[in-house]
Amino acid sequence: MLKDLPSDYQFCHKHIFGIDQLSEQDITYILRTAQSFKEISNRPIKKVPTLRGKTIINLFFEPSTRTRMSFEIAAKRMSADTFNIAASTSSTTKGETLIDTAANLQAMKPDIIVVRHSSSGAPQLLAKHIDASVVNAGDGTHQHPSQGLLDMLTVVEHKGRIEGLKIAIIGDIAHSRVAMSDIIGFSRMGAMVSVAGPGTFMPPGLASLGARVCSSVEEALDGADVVMALRIQLERQNDSLIPSLREYARCYGINNERIKNAADDAIVMHPGPINRGVELNPEVADGPRSVILDQVTNGVAVRMALLYLVLGGAKVIDGQGEN
Amino acid sequence: MSNFTILKNGRVIDPLQGRDQVEDVWILNGNIVEPGSVESADCRVLDVDGCWVVPGLIDMHVHLREPGEEYKETIASGTMAAAAGGFTGVACMPNTNPVNDNATVTAFIREKAAQCNARVYPVGAISTGLKGEKLAEYGEMKKEGAVAVSDDGCPVVDSQLMRRALEYASSHGLLVISHAEELALSRGGCMNEGELSTRMGLRGIPAAAESIMVQREIELAELTGVHIHIAHVSTVAAVRLIRAAKERGVRVTAETAPHYFSLTEEAVTGYNTNAKMNPPLRSEADRRAIVEALADGTIDVIATDHAPHTVLEKEVEFNIAANGIAGLETSLSLSLALVREELLSPQRLVELMSCNPAAILGVGGGTLIVGKTADVTVIDPDRKYIFDAAKSFSKAANSPFDGWELQGLAVATFMGGAETYNVL
Repeated sequence: MLKDLPSDYQFCHKHIFGIDQLSEQDITYILRTAQSFKEISNRPIKKVPTLRGKTIINLFFEPSTRTRMSFEIAAKRMSADTFNIAASTSSTTKGETLIDTAANLQAMKPDIIVVRHSSSGAPQLLAKHIDASVVNAGDGTHQHPSQGLLDMLTVVEHKGRIEGLKIAIIGDIAHSRVAMSDIIGFSRMGAMVSVAGPGTFMPPGLASLGARVCSSVEEALDGADVVMALRIQLERQNDSLIPSLREYARCYGINNERIKNAADDAIVMHPGPINRGVELNPEVADGPRSVILDQVTNGVAVRMALLYLVLGGAKVIDGQGEN
Repeated sequence: MSNFTILKNGRVIDPLQGRDQVEDVWILNGNIVEPGSVESADCRVLDVDGCWVVPGLIDMHVHLREPGEEYKETIASGTMAAAAGGFTGVACMPNTNPVNDNATVTAFIREKAAQCNARVYPVGAISTGLKGEKLAEYGEMKKEGAVAVSDDGCPVVDSQLMRRALEYASSHGLLVISHAEELALSRGGCMNEGELSTRMGLRGIPAAAESIMVQREIELAELTGVHIHIAHVSTVAAVRLIRAAKERGVRVTAETAPHYFSLTEEAVTGYNTNAKMNPPLRSEADRRAIVEALADGTIDVIATDHAPHTVLEKEVEFNIAANGIAGLETSLSLSLALVREELLSPQRLVELMSCNPAAILGVGGGTLIVGKTADVTVIDPDRKYIFDAAKSFSKAANSPFDGWELQGLAVATFMGGAETYNVL
């Protein structure tokens, strides 16, 4: 169960840049809010008026299908007006700076800008130059906070708690913003996070972020309650980080044999999209332990919660007299 | 204005003469003269009681951006910033546009500098176009006033070319300054490699990218017997290599910049591009090693690597922001902090900022001995002020020290006896 919050708790983040800015109480509050919103997606008419009249821009400088869709669906289920700007259609290809883009968007008075960018820290830069709330939908190799939160919500649903659980994260930690959000988030919530992968995928300083670095996948999986495989970017082969995907699959891929090291009731997660047969064998990805599609469902709920909370939570609704 | 000036009651610090006492300094017709040796009523007397009077400071590593990037800095604005920072001389790096890899550009710089507020010592390129492929014309550049060669900003990858540069520069009496960086290790990096780079999701530059190349330069200096000067040392590993090399008599000297002993990598938190530079700000252990090396003689010079940029290069995503900070106007104040903390003596500070750069560049200056040109800096070691980068003389405001309360600064600067700055 998630812990109770003190009666005077207040969520006071205008922007969401990363999990590191959120306290244990903040995370708990977001997850509870998401839980309460989840039911909306199961109604015959999947829409509430909570964010009616609010303008949300999805500003995506990197291609994305599922994250952008998930944010868009979340906004629409809350009745916000959403607009999508993809990098290929934005002005950046004409040489406009991020700050000029921000100034132009700001002039159209959006309430929230959801941004994905290949540069770490781009959401912070954007926030310095606009009045709207900024929600990070993934920046460089820094953070992907909504993914971290939906992972935590999925674990809470299946395990009833986060505190005390053993979480194993396998793969390319160094280039994964999901891993950064998960390591910081799960350890902040009291889980024990172990990571494993080839040395070329292990960035410095993991221990001080709260992760135990294991020398083998088997060691990381030992008794794990949650197993998370990270997507291998196919271009990593060309950076001399791994010799081949084939070898990676053999040495680090999660298959039916390796998963036996985990707890009997371990769940398997993946941020998607999966390279089937590389980091995750189909037998595991489609097996009974897989909760990968639950992650996708929870993504909508978590993003509904984030959009609602950055605009002030209950105060948003108070501001709309007609509701 | 009178050509006869008396600086009265200052603490004169002149390590080359072993002088450190309160006395007057007389300046006549641009030279230092014996106090009491002249009788003239037409004399300007400046009471500098409580101040230090030291040989003019020299910054042997600046980027003046002219020709080519005059919107960032010009020789005029950069030398005014230098004068305000207490400097009477600066050595400017060749990465201009066009590159200072030929006599025409060297002459242009000298010509522009003639009317300015600090002496400008051009540093020519090691290789044409800073491409690291073939030697530039050192003899020609030397004739037009170049004092050294460096491919600063673009490390010389080819060890054979670097060896040839040392051998060829030595026959022209030019110093070789190395920007020591192993590019294969640093490529794509934008801050120090460590826990913080992981946390911020930024590609790190390991300390080894510097020390590997420092070791190569030491080996080449040993092989050729030619003096090499290592620019902007930032790591404990490089300090150790230089210390050991000096102990066995290798002809190597080194400089560091005020930011490497005043800041650590923590300054980039929040993606502060004004703290982005190359080499990057390092760890606290590195910072402490740099201070120690300044004190024990391993590092010979404090030089700023003054690198003016505008918002065009700095108000962008961190990984694509330009490297470097403006440093001329804060260098002395930041260095004086080490004296106040008793990590450096005042004499050592004068060696690091005046005597040693003068000797390494071979440009004269660095002393107040009678008969020499009167390049003099008057320092108030106590005066406090808030540094406002927007009001600086440099065209650029890219300083991580903007808004800092600093203590101690240059209050008057004289170049050849002429006042270039005065806030006494």
